[in-house]
Amino acid sequence: MTANDYLQLGLYLTVLLLLVKPFGSYMALVFAEVPNRVTRFGARAERGLYRLCGIAPDEDMDWKRYALAMLLFNLLGLLTVYALQRLQQWLPLNPQHFGAVSADSAMNTAISFASNTNWQGYGGESTMSYLTQMLGLAVQNFLSAATGIAVLVAVIRGFARRSAKGLGNFWVDLTRSTLYVLLPLSLLLSLLLVSQGVVQNFRPYADVPVVQASSYTETVKDAAGHDATRIVPVSMQTLPMGPAASQIAIKQLGTNGGGFFNVNSAHPFENPTPLSNFAELLAILLIPAALCHTFGAMVGDRRQGWSLLAVMLVIFIPLLLVCTAAEQAGNPLLAHLGVDQHASVLQAGGNMEGKETRFGIVNSTLWATATTAASNGSVNAMHDSFTPLGGLVPMWLIQLGEVIFGGVGSGLYGMLAFAVVAVFIAGLMVGRTPEYLGKKIEAYEMKMASLAVLIPPALVVIGTAIAVMVPAGVAGIANPGAHGFSEMLYAVSSASNNNGSAFGGLSANTPFWNVLLGVCMFLARFLLIVAMLAMAGALAAKRHVPESAGTLPTHTPLFITLLACVVIVVGALTFLPALALGPIAEFLMSMH
Amino acid sequence: MMSKLLRQSFLLLLVMTVITGAIYPLAATALAQLVFPHQANGSLIEVNGKAVGSTLIGQEFSDPKYFWGRPSATSPDPYNGGSSSGSNLGPANQALIDAVKQRIAALRAADPGNNAPVPVDLVTASASGLDPQISPAAARYQLARVARVRALPVAKVLALVAANTSGRQLGVLGEPRVNVLKLNLALDALQKR
Repeated sequence: MTANDYLQLGLYLTVLLLLVKPFGSYMALVFAEVPNRVTRFGARAERGLYRLCGIAPDEDMDWKRYALAMLLFNLLGLLTVYALQRLQQWLPLNPQHFGAVSADSAMNTAISFASNTNWQGYGGESTMSYLTQMLGLAVQNFLSAATGIAVLVAVIRGFARRSAKGLGNFWVDLTRSTLYVLLPLSLLLSLLLVSQGVVQNFRPYADVPVVQASSYTETVKDAAGHDATRIVPVSMQTLPMGPAASQIAIKQLGTNGGGFFNVNSAHPFENPTPLSNFAELLAILLIPAALCHTFGAMVGDRRQGWSLLAVMLVIFIPLLLVCTAAEQAGNPLLAHLGVDQHASVLQAGGNMEGKETRFGIVNSTLWATATTAASNGSVNAMHDSFTPLGGLVPMWLIQLGEVIFGGVGSGLYGMLAFAVVAVFIAGLMVGRTPEYLGKKIEAYEMKMASLAVLIPPALVVIGTAIAVMVPAGVAGIANPGAHGFSEMLYAVSSASNNNGSAFGGLSANTPFWNVLLGVCMFLARFLLIVAMLAMAGALAAKRHVPESAGTLPTHTPLFITLLACVVIVVGALTFLPALALGPIAEFLMSMH
Repeated sequence: MMSKLLRQSFLLLLVMTVITGAIYPLAATALAQLVFPHQANGSLIEVNGKAVGSTLIGQEFSDPKYFWGRPSATSPDPYNGGSSSGSNLGPANQALIDAVKQRIAALRAADPGNNAPVPVDLVTASASGLDPQISPAAARYQLARVARVRALPVAKVLALVAANTSGRQLGVLGEPRVNVLKLNLALDALQKR
C-alpha cells in the first residue's frame, strides 16, 4: 500500500467520525418523545400529514401492533413496485418504450427494494422506465430505509422505557425518519452529485456521433437457417439519461444500493469524480455510524453508543487493510506477461480488472469494504474480478450478519441482538443473571436475539446448498472452478443479509434465482424485524435493575473485545467451511 | 383493527409516494437544471453547436493515431453507452489471461519496438466499460506511437496530454488520470488547423 492509500483511508474515517456526534445528536432529537427545537420546526406539516392519513400520532403501539403496521405498510409498498413494473408499458414517462418486466423478475425486484436489499437482477438503463424508477424504486429506497430506522428506534425504546407497554408509534417514526433525516440529506447530496456530473433530467437517451467509427461482427441466421456473420458498423454512441442524481443520493444514504445504471456507482454518470465518490462513500456509513450515538443518547448513556461503534471499527479497519493490500498487490498471473502492476506517481497499479481509473485501487477497496460492512450493496468496482482475498473480505463482511455498521437501523438492531447474546455468554461464565442497559436478559429475550442472529446464516447455508444441487442454480455460473462457487455463495449471502451487491458474473435473472433470492431477502428482513420487536416489547415491560457490583459494564474495552469476538466467532464458525471451498481454495491455487 | 391499519398504510404510502417519488425528484431536477445545467444534462462536448460526446463517457479507439482507452467489456460493441458492464472475469479465469495477452499483442503490433512493460489499466477492462480515462502511465506508454503516426513532435503531444490530465481532486482524492476523448479531439483539432 502507498502513502496516499493510507492518507485517503485516514481522511475518510476522520470525516466520518467527526460527523457521528453532531448528526447522531440531531437524530436523537428527531425521535425524542418531548417536543424540541427540531420537531417543533416541522410540527405543523407533520400534523397536517397525520390528519390526511387518519393517523393519531399520540397512539402508543405495543410491539404486536407496531409490527403489524410495519408489515402491512411494507407489503403494500412491495405490491406497488410489482404493479408498476408489470404495467410500465402503458404508463407515462417511458421514453425508451420498455416493456413489462417478467413476473419472476418483478417479484424479485419488488421484494428486493422493499426489504432494503436492492439486489438487482436487471440492468437499469435497459429495463426500467423513469416512472418505475421514481415512483417504485426510489420511493422504496426512502421507505425501506425509514422502516429500518423506525424499527431501531422502537427497539431502543424497549431498553430505555421502564415497565411500559408501548414502543412508540410506527407511523410517526417512519414519517420523521423520512422527512427529518433522509429527505433533506438526499436533496443536499443530489445537488453535490450533479455539480460533479451526475445526470438529472427527463430527456430521452442522447445519440452522439463517435470520433472513430468502428464495427463489430454479429452472428445471425440466414434465410436457410444457417449461422452467418455480418458486420455491423458503429458510428453513433448512446448516452443514457434520466433523473439519476436524486435516486443515487437516497440509495447511498438509505443503505439501499440499487443503481440507476447497470454498473451502479462505477458508471461515470452515476459517480463521475473522486469527490462524488468521497461523498457517496460518506453517505454509505453516515447514518449507520451516527445512529450509534443516537442510541447512546436515547438510553441516557452515550458511552454505550461509542462502545458499539468501537466494535464496528475494530472489525472494519483490519478487513479494509487486508482488502486494499490484496488488490494493490495485483494479479500474480498477469505479472509475467509483461504487465506493469506497480503503483507509481503515474498509475495506481494493482488489480485493475473491473476497476475505474479515477478510483484506482484504494477507492475501490474502501468502497467494497464499506458497502458490504453496511448493507448498502452499491459498487464502484466489480467484486467478481477482485483477487481471491480481496473478494473474500466483502463476502465475509456480509456474512457477519450486516452488523458492522449494517443497514440504516437494521445494522444497529442486529448488533444489539449480538450484544444481548454477548452479555448472556458473559453471564453464563460467572453464573449471574445477565443484564444489558439495566434490563434483565431472560429466556424469552435470548430466544428472540438468537433467532435474529441465526436466521440470516441459516438462509445462506441452506440457500447455497439448494443452488449447488439444482441444475438451474449452477446454470448461472460465469467463471469456472472455485470462483464459480464463490459467485453463488456471494449471491445467497447478499440476499440473506439484505446487502444486494453481487459477484456480477452470475446470471441471476432466471426464474430459479429470482425465486430463491426473493424468498431469502423477504425472510431475512421481516422475520428478523418481528423477532427484534418481540424482544423489545418484552424488554420495555421490565423494571429497571440498578447497577450492582455483579453487573458487567458494557462500555469497557473488555466488553468491546467480547462483543467483537462473538460477532467474529459466529461468522467464522458458520462460514469457514463454505469459504474454504470458494475464495480460500482459489487463493491457494493461485499460489502455485 | 386490521382495516384501520390497512387504511392508514394505504394513505401514508400514497402521501409518501407523492413526496419522495414526485416532489423530491422534480425539485432536485429543477434545482439541478437551474444551477448546473451542463452537468445535469450529461456534460456534453459540443463542437460547432453539435454534441460529439460526453467528457464523462469514453469512446472506442483502436486506430494507432489515437490514444487508446481502457478495454471495454460492454456488448455487443465496446463502449456501448446503452448497456454498461464490466467483464466480471475472475482473476484466475483463462479467458482473462487470454484477453490480456491479446491486448498486449495488439499494442505491440501498433508500436513495434516498444517493449516497455504495459501499464495495467491499458490491458484490463474497466468496471463500467465506459471509463473515460487512463492513467498518465498509460498515456506515456502510447506517446511515441501517436507522435510518430501523426508526424508531430513528442513534446507537442506531451503538452496536450498534460493539458488533459487531472491530478488528485483537492490534492488528495482519487488518482491522476487522462481524459482520452478530450485528448484525441484536441489532437484532431490541432492537425485540422
